[in-house]
Amino acid sequence: MIDAAAFKPKTVYVTYIVATPEAVFAALTEPDFTRRYFGGFAIDVEPRVGGAFRLLYPDGRVHMSGRVLDWTPGRRFSCTWLVEGIPGFDQLPECIVTYEIEPAGDACRLTMTESHSWDVPEAILSGGRAGWPAILSGLKSLVETGKAPAIAMAPPEGFMDAVRHAVSEKPWTKETRR
Amino acid sequence: MSKPQFVYVTYIAAPPERVWEALTKPDISEKYWFGYRVTADGRAGERMTAVNPAGRLAHDDPILESDPPRRLVYGWKPLYKDMPDERASRVTFVLEPFKGQTRLTVTHDEFDDGSKIFGMIAKGWPAVLSSLKSFLETGRGLEPSWGEEERKRAGGA
Repeated sequence: MIDAAAFKPKTVYVTYIVATPEAVFAALTEPDFTRRYFGGFAIDVEPRVGGAFRLLYPDGRVHMSGRVLDWTPGRRFSCTWLVEGIPGFDQLPECIVTYEIEPAGDACRLTMTESHSWDVPEAILSGGRAGWPAILSGLKSLVETGKAPAIAMAPPEGFMDAVRHAVSEKPWTKETRR
Repeated sequence: MSKPQFVYVTYIAAPPERVWEALTKPDISEKYWFGYRVTADGRAGERMTAVNPAGRLAHDDPILESDPPRRLVYGWKPLYKDMPDERASRVTFVLEPFKGQTRLTVTHDEFDDGSKIFGMIAKGWPAVLSSLKSFLETGRGLEPSWGEEERKRAGGA
């Protein structure tokens, strides 16, 4: 198991959703939902701590893989993320994505936290910072209205170059040696 | 060290014209902005006002830029008497059309270091903008629990 304490939150997104915590948890963890708001990816997760977690392309190839760190239905879902589907990306250190659901009046508050173990350049963080609002806006629409607007996302300018640079320089290995 | 800056992006299944109306017309804002009547449909140099549910003036700030339905910038100095006395900050709304929807980016900046109001707005905007999105997509806004504290403040302002 990884040392979760070494990971620092770098991107946080909060949205309020008019639904029960159970409905939001289902939207985060069931493939029939994720396919409709999460770039077409189907989630495939073993519902237990230590279980395998994957996001799959429509043809079944693996886009993202990881391990479940927290599985508390209706409350929290956390796992490690490693991008496998884009060449080179699997060389980056894995990050941790945590979803937390709290009741808030007739709605619930969903907090997504993306945490990293190394000093990630802004250009790489920009990928998540552009993507999460689109993904979680889609989730909110889907849960509240039954429809998720199509939001096609392209990587922000400089993102792919920053990833290639990080993969060749491997700054995280230097940080741990220091 | 960089100054505190809050940025929030949300996608709304409504055209920019409807989002603009909701941001600037009091009869619409009171339906999702937790009862606040926000008037911001003037030109640059005119005023943005917000009246709380108790009927008291909560904001009276200058509109700095207005380019309907694309870009709106106004000052931000809450008038509640229990608010920390800080200089006015700045709110920028950018509305971009995207396949019949709107990408709304709200940037709230020009805070002093250590601003107490910054912590409040960082909690407040996700609730207000989630409520705006729900209202435009479903016809109903939110009633989240943070409204409890707001309602008390509204009564004592």
